Amino acid sequence: MDVGFIVVQSLSGLASASALFIIASGLTLVFGVTRIVNFAHGSFYMLGAYIAVTVVPWLLEIDRSPTLFFTGVLISAIAVGVLGVLMELLLLRRLYKVPELFQLLATFGVVLMVQDAVLKIWGPVDIPGPRAPGLRHGVEILGQRFPAYELFLIVIGPAVLGLLWLLMHRTRFGILIRAATRDREMVGALGVNQAMLFTGTLFLGAALAGLGGALQIPRVSASSQMDLSIITEAFVVTVIGGMGSVPGAFLAAVLIGQLQAFGVLVFPKITLVLVFLLMAAVLVVKPWGLLGRPEAAAGRAALPEGILAVRGFGRVEKLIAGLAIAAMLAVPVFGDAYTVKVATEVLIFALAAFSLNFLVGNGGIVSFGHAAYFGLGAYAAGLLVTKGGLPMEPALLAAPIAGGLFAALFGFFVVRLSGIYLAMLTLAFAQIAYAVCFQWVEVTGGDNGVVGVWPSAWAASRQVYHYVVAACAILAIIALRRVVYAPFGATLRAARDSEQRADAIGIDVRTHRWLAFTLAGGAAGLAGGLYAFSKGSIDPTLLAIPLSVDFLAMILLGGIQTVMGAVAGAAAFHTIKDIFMPLTDFWRFLLGASIIALVLVFPRGLAGAFAGWRA
Amino acid sequence: MTLLAVEGLNKAFGGVVAARDVTFALSAGEMLAIIGPNGAGKSTTFNMVGGQLRPDTGRVVLAGQDITGQPPRQVCRMGVGRTFQVAQTFLSMSVVGNVQMALIAHHGRTRDMVADAARLYRDDALALLARVGMEGEADRPIGELAYGDVKRVELAIALAAAPRLLLMDEPTAGMAPRERAALMQLTADIARGGGIGVLFTEHDMDAVFAHADRILVLVRGEVIAEGTPEEVRANPEVQRVYLGTSGHKAALRARRAAHG
Repeated sequence: MDVGFIVVQSLSGLASASALFIIASGLTLVFGVTRIVNFAHGSFYMLGAYIAVTVVPWLLEIDRSPTLFFTGVLISAIAVGVLGVLMELLLLRRLYKVPELFQLLATFGVVLMVQDAVLKIWGPVDIPGPRAPGLRHGVEILGQRFPAYELFLIVIGPAVLGLLWLLMHRTRFGILIRAATRDREMVGALGVNQAMLFTGTLFLGAALAGLGGALQIPRVSASSQMDLSIITEAFVVTVIGGMGSVPGAFLAAVLIGQLQAFGVLVFPKITLVLVFLLMAAVLVVKPWGLLGRPEAAAGRAALPEGILAVRGFGRVEKLIAGLAIAAMLAVPVFGDAYTVKVATEVLIFALAAFSLNFLVGNGGIVSFGHAAYFGLGAYAAGLLVTKGGLPMEPALLAAPIAGGLFAALFGFFVVRLSGIYLAMLTLAFAQIAYAVCFQWVEVTGGDNGVVGVWPSAWAASRQVYHYVVAACAILAIIALRRVVYAPFGATLRAARDSEQRADAIGIDVRTHRWLAFTLAGGAAGLAGGLYAFSKGSIDPTLLAIPLSVDFLAMILLGGIQTVMGAVAGAAAFHTIKDIFMPLTDFWRFLLGASIIALVLVFPRGLAGAFAGWRA
Repeated sequence: MTLLAVEGLNKAFGGVVAARDVTFALSAGEMLAIIGPNGAGKSTTFNMVGGQLRPDTGRVVLAGQDITGQPPRQVCRMGVGRTFQVAQTFLSMSVVGNVQMALIAHHGRTRDMVADAARLYRDDALALLARVGMEGEADRPIGELAYGDVKRVELAIALAAAPRLLLMDEPTAGMAPRERAALMQLTADIARGGGIGVLFTEHDMDAVFAHADRILVLVRGEVIAEGTPEEVRANPEVQRVYLGTSGHKAALRARRAAHG
């Protein structure tokens, strides 16, 4: 490897770092002020790119000048900023008092809606952008050609950092942003107009995302998948840098840019994994990121979000549970093949959602990547059957073991964190698992997955397999429910209510959370294994973010305050999705709108509404 | 017999010295108060004994065993119960549930995944609540109680670990005057009755001079006086830097009120 090659590789890493920083800086600013982790930031980035590929060529028709090119880029950024303001006014404003988990879900609802809107407006085909006039040539660097536009990007990142620094230190608005990032309550107490501050911040944050997207158009085509791929990277940058810290985001972006530029030479297949490993390593050493600071502890005691009083089943609940189980067992007798399929899936998702609420509702451990353990269980079972030649029975045994083992491994790091950092790390681990399944084509079949994951001969019919699933899922839910009522479950609630008090009465909080994470991972793994055999195939969507979000939507719909809500939520969510998805081309739009409506109108879920009605 | 021996504790935060060579001892059944102006290092000293902070140098010895730098959960298992300045309880649980949880932890059954937690140690928990006069509220959610009552429950939680030493960080902060006197009297009775040592910090001079057997005065991280309430009150250095003349009179009044 000669010096010129290394320099050029490093420069291209810096160019990516610049682009990433511009996007991540907006995310981190918005989080700092509003404390909302905005999933839709990736959508703003995508919209920036789409608006730019529409506006810029139109401007270039007038005159092919660099000035008009960058005018177009700025127009796109400002347009996206205005969309950010709209989102603040219409949605975020109603979310500031809602628990973090629900905020995250609501912004993910926006992601889904924007995806369908983009498909409707710009169509499904990727749109390449024009190249920047005046920056189309290559530059000779140590005997290697390097695109001039990339050099320009390397300059623009630090320039944006400098402008942001000036804004934050020299203007009243910027000083308020910094003050709110430090202590939002105090800023409110000092009589600052918070509504204006938040709206302004959203404009700035969204405009930065839009700018990042618009600047990308000479390098990559605008496509409808660019939102989720960038948002995980932007999350990683903000988390490594420290949520709310702009210089931290810059540092992290440079680190990641270099890691990717050189990682691709050494491990061409697992650059994503490298990035997430870096994040895990940073968080273990510095739990609040490189330049972040710990959340100021809330001075007052607040009722925890999650399962409150656990009571045994009363007569009504026993009746409902009995009827539900009877109905599930009766489906193969009375229902057609399609109904049986849906009922089987409901049982599987009920177990997965129940295991997630065991973490979220009972333990206060907000996992944003629970699909990882579901998917790993499915892959373990599926690969053992197709590549290992094992029958279904041992494969189904291996599924919870695989889910549990990976949960134990990832959980070891996860339980060292709390709150939003914990959620981000679970997301990161899920993305690692996803990337491995996606990229390790020889073993996992990559994007296509593996087909031929069929049950043993005796369980081959839909009806019989339904009973296999029913037995496994119902018994697992009953067992996990027992744990909620047992001292272990109570200990998790105690640690969630007051970590300090739990520690002072002799509880090793971290170890108990780790065990809970492992247990929930095992249960999700079992659900995944059951799912693999019901579908007959495995593919990477089983570990992807959308499925994790589905699980969260299920427990939200069911109500995280109740023990059994997750089961009702899974049944309702899956049935609704299954009925409406085939009816419309815009199911994502509908799903997103429903999630938002759920968060706004029904914050306590179905079971919460039931409890309110009974009281 | 010496229950707790604190030897030469030092702690600095950056350039600020929060504790300088803090040394004291506490016997079983004794109540030792740490007083001092704001920022004197009371909480720092306290948290170094309780395990929330690790001292830079020095030792904390409990009944002959070195517990320096052990995490709180370990300190608890060594027989130290603790209450916090802002009461820390399990808000999702009932009053008795809080105490049962502490008993479950004390008996090492937190990993039990089968038993019914609601039935475990309920009678023991009710007995502990009876000791602090809260058995009548056993099944109410703890979030519904008045703050003074929460503090009593917190005392019951601390007692669940059958502690040899109680650490109470400003036990009466945020309480009404009458509640304060009652809680301090209750603590004193439990401590003397059970031979439990009590180390407490307090801003309320009435509580300190009425109930402490000995008082430790901290100023800027250093112990400037130590002794019986009479000795501390008579110490001119203490009067100058801390009590002031009106504080001195208040101390006399409190002493008279408590002991006739």
